[in-house]
Amino acid sequence: MNNAIAIGRVRRTRRRRALRALFTIYLPVLPYVLFALFPLYFMLVTSLKSNAELYDVHSVPFWIAEGITASHYTLLSAETPFWDWFANSLIVSVTATAISVVLSVLAAYPLARLRFPGADSFGVAVFITYLVPPSLLFLPLSSVVNWLGLSDSLWSLVVTYPTFLVPFCTWLLMGYFRTVPKEIEECAMLDGCSRFQSMLRILLPAAVPGLICAALFAFTLSWNEFLYALVFVSPAELKTMTVGVFSELIRGDIYYWGSLMAGACIGSIPIVIAYVLFLDYYVSGLTSGAIK
Amino acid sequence: MTLKTADLDLAVPVTGEAPCRRAGVLTRESRTAYAFIAPAFFLLTFLVAYPFVLSVWFSLSDARVGTTGSFVGLGNFGRLFSSSIFVQTLQNSILFTAAALTAKIVLGMALALLLFRIKHFKRLIRGAVLLPFIVPTALSTLVWWWMFEPLYSVVNWTLKSLRLADHDIPWLPDPYLAMFVVILVNVWRGLPFFAITLLAGLVAIPRELYEAAEADGAGPVGRFWHITLPLLTPVLAVVILFSAIFTLSDFNIVYVLTKGGPMNMTHLFATYSFALGLQGGEIGQGAAVSLFLFPILLAVVFLQLRLVRKAALYE
Repeated sequence: MNNAIAIGRVRRTRRRRALRALFTIYLPVLPYVLFALFPLYFMLVTSLKSNAELYDVHSVPFWIAEGITASHYTLLSAETPFWDWFANSLIVSVTATAISVVLSVLAAYPLARLRFPGADSFGVAVFITYLVPPSLLFLPLSSVVNWLGLSDSLWSLVVTYPTFLVPFCTWLLMGYFRTVPKEIEECAMLDGCSRFQSMLRILLPAAVPGLICAALFAFTLSWNEFLYALVFVSPAELKTMTVGVFSELIRGDIYYWGSLMAGACIGSIPIVIAYVLFLDYYVSGLTSGAIK
Repeated sequence: MTLKTADLDLAVPVTGEAPCRRAGVLTRESRTAYAFIAPAFFLLTFLVAYPFVLSVWFSLSDARVGTTGSFVGLGNFGRLFSSSIFVQTLQNSILFTAAALTAKIVLGMALALLLFRIKHFKRLIRGAVLLPFIVPTALSTLVWWWMFEPLYSVVNWTLKSLRLADHDIPWLPDPYLAMFVVILVNVWRGLPFFAITLLAGLVAIPRELYEAAEADGAGPVGRFWHITLPLLTPVLAVVILFSAIFTLSDFNIVYVLTKGGPMNMTHLFATYSFALGLQGGEIGQGAAVSLFLFPILLAVVFLQLRLVRKAALYE
């Protein structure tokens, strides 16, 4: 009898606590989630809606009432060099990421491990370049790119993206390298390993999460880059995804909203997939800049 | 050169190990270090430092597309300050940065506190909230453009259906509303960075402090003001400084949504510099505009480094 009353009381307090959590945490967080997701949901809905429904002011814009259509996607494939843009983005992002991660590993290692004159100033210099926004440098960089004879080629992007990727990745990797104990490496070096070998065989395998994180961020930043790609490359078929969708699908006052949204969807998909697979790496990379 | 600097360092006695052995190691260590750093060093020198110097030269010259230009002193800056468009850009930049930063700080803090207390669907909710930061800005801004499109705006449709408006609101053609939309999109994109970083800061605060405060009778508001906020200040400061630079130098959102219009009322330094330097061919003027980002950059770097030093002292 007493037991039953006690159980009932526990249940009641539990239910009350759950209700309180619902009203003080879950309901207040809902507007944030809707605010974050609605534009992306609307992007997808628009890209799958027929023009008749899209441009009917009386239809409800939030969902698709008159059937899904792939016509915006087929228009994108048939009438624009869309898949070229996709391939260009992929080539540039993968190459720039590979170059940047290699350079950053090489630069972060001495900063985290070795004592040498000028270490502090180089660290500060990396930090400053990390903060330099591309919008400060695009004008002079475009004349450097011209002078190198790289304008209107994907090389202009492969060469310039590392300018913001290397500082970021170096900073990130420095933090990761410092968390790996020095002693294991010292042992390897006593056994006759060179610095380079010990870094390659001992440190890097221990810092794989850091490497994944750096590569993910480098890829994301390259894929999302807009200003340099807009300035350095002008032939339509050489554009990257972000620039191509924006500049080639808007002709004067005619907007192909369905296809624009279809392009935006496909352009976001590689990043969203990487994001879903590696959410924790994104979170740790994002916070390490500010916390470490 | 490597040898020289390394030799200089030998003069400083290192405590602990035998000096001669230490000396040999140091020289080799430095040489290895320089070899490792060299590729990144040359990249950053040639493609960041050199363009920066070039940018300063451009801003002091009358360079146009195709010509190197000649030295004109501070002429470009003088002309900018007497140009009403530039003064407008300056005002826009201050308003945009102040409004967007304030919104991101307040909303981001609230969101971080909520995320911190969430027990169920934690990963799902965090993942959803962070998504706007990951999706390419140039592409996600397109959907905002579509959402505020004059004729088919989903925002206007909703407002009209809820009887909050009786006509279509001209969002982007109206200078003040356009500024509002640009700020809104910047907040949408930047909020996750604030929330997730502040959340990481919250997680790092020791639980015992809250328990002690609770035992002393502090309410939730008191705990926030006396424990959470003071302990979160370093993280908050870093996040604000970071965001200040990237908000002020924003290009994508404004360029996609308004191209600086209507009537230059949403131009920021980046978009105006683009309009002058690339579309107008006035490289000197454009470079001068973009250099206005530099003093702020310097201030942030200075404060940031001081913060890092301070944090290191506490460790």
